[in-house]
Amino acid sequence: MTPLLQVEGLSKFYGTHLGCGDVNFTLWPGEVMGIVGESGSGKSTLLNCLAGHMAPDTGRVIFDTRTDGPRDTVTMTEPERRWLARTDWAFVHQNPRDGLRMNVSAGGNVGDRLMAVGARHYGDIRREAGDWLERVEIDPTRIDDRPRAFSGGMQQRLQIARNLVTGPRLVFMDEPTGGLDVSVQARLLDLLRGLVRRLGLSAVIVTHDLAVVRLLADRLMVMKDGCVVEQGLTDQVLDDPQHAYTQLLVSSVLQV
Amino acid sequence: MTEYNFAYLDEATKRMLRRAILKAVAIPGYQVPFSSREMPMPYGWGTGGVQVTAACLLPEDTLKVIDQGADDTTNAVSIRKFFARVAGVATTEATATASVIQTRHRIPETPLTEGQILVFQVPIPEPLRFLEPRETETRTMHALEDYGLMQVRLYEDIAKHGEIARAYAYPVRVEGRYIMDPSPIPKFDNPKLDNSPALQLFGAGRECRIYALPPYTRVESLDFDDYPFTASKAAGQVCAICGAEDSYLDEVITDDAGGRMFVCSDTDYCATRVAAQAEDAA
Repeated sequence: MTPLLQVEGLSKFYGTHLGCGDVNFTLWPGEVMGIVGESGSGKSTLLNCLAGHMAPDTGRVIFDTRTDGPRDTVTMTEPERRWLARTDWAFVHQNPRDGLRMNVSAGGNVGDRLMAVGARHYGDIRREAGDWLERVEIDPTRIDDRPRAFSGGMQQRLQIARNLVTGPRLVFMDEPTGGLDVSVQARLLDLLRGLVRRLGLSAVIVTHDLAVVRLLADRLMVMKDGCVVEQGLTDQVLDDPQHAYTQLLVSSVLQV
Repeated sequence: MTEYNFAYLDEATKRMLRRAILKAVAIPGYQVPFSSREMPMPYGWGTGGVQVTAACLLPEDTLKVIDQGADDTTNAVSIRKFFARVAGVATTEATATASVIQTRHRIPETPLTEGQILVFQVPIPEPLRFLEPRETETRTMHALEDYGLMQVRLYEDIAKHGEIARAYAYPVRVEGRYIMDPSPIPKFDNPKLDNSPALQLFGAGRECRIYALPPYTRVESLDFDDYPFTASKAAGQVCAICGAEDSYLDEVITDDAGGRMFVCSDTDYCATRVAAQAEDAA
């Protein structure tokens, strides 16, 4: 089996300041990888480099494309990278406002990616959009409402529907549950877990919430000051943390 | 006229304009930047079209200028007089005898022929302007043919109004490549853009852009498979003056009691038909 994503020696500097340094990992099809760490530890920098939003300074990000097999996305041309971003990849932003078109209806938001890859049949696009709204537990009668009229949790679910509609194989999530209250978070996590398992998606999830990775991630990577300090199976890392920072992180979780 | 260079602009400026026009013709639908000049009329009156016309005019040309299809509106009269004065070219109101036609908001009803040049005045050349505010991003989108967003806009129209509600400046795709704003012509005129034997040039003065459709260029109006493009006009009406059924009509309010009439927006087309009818009757 070829790995879906293979990252080798990835580094990104902001001037002389290290964004993230020498990251290596392999993601297999159907696997969910969690990245945790404190604010400023380079999680989001890493995710943006993986998703092609930012060019890393060194290293390779090899993605197993459907047509041409493993390709280095860093040296790909921009049109190829954008095509991947519209088809095989999905990116869920922390703030749904960054990932949605706020002045376009829910149906238009979901149909956006379909139309971007060439769908030109209104009826089909609309049916697909209604379908996906139902799958993320949004009432399909609200298909023509703008995202502004939705609650925060609904906006986040709409963003997920919009991303998954083209059947991506790899989903990047940047704090998908940040900014939501706990009961909405629980529902969203439940939904995400269901979708990831049912569709057999691979995902890279950046978060500072250990509960999220415990629920969703198979493997875990802990970052501090731009470097990976520990990685392994999620339960292993959380139950038996080896690095001092991971121990601190695990012990800082509030128990209710 | 000796006070001005022929056609108002100096030769170096016309050379710059012609270079932009040549590039635009070479890449149909692509917006070519040019250094737009101050013209002796306000922006919005067709400064872009006037500059393109000035660069195209030859002393032996015959110029026709129309505004909303009419030869006798302020804008058309002013520009026609301007060129009659600074270039000394012959002017006409007849579409068939003109070699250069500058237009605002319409394409003449009389089919254009090879060798004619149609110059459009364009207020906003960027079809993606109100969908994506960043100019750097829209240029990237054009370069990468990333046009899903335009389709989203048409989707929104159907979701909201049950049909593609855009009636003018209806976006077109040129030779299967660039998406282009055909300037604010009614969508009724869109089919006339396609495979036209005339050279069509578009000038946007304030925005400093020139784009072009060379003769016999494929121009398709965007649509959905199940909501095809229709070149619509006032339904079930005929011109009250000449009785034409196939021309684009203006609705004219005649009193304050709801009285109205529909007349051809192309005044030359209407007058020609009326003259022919009078001849037949005589």
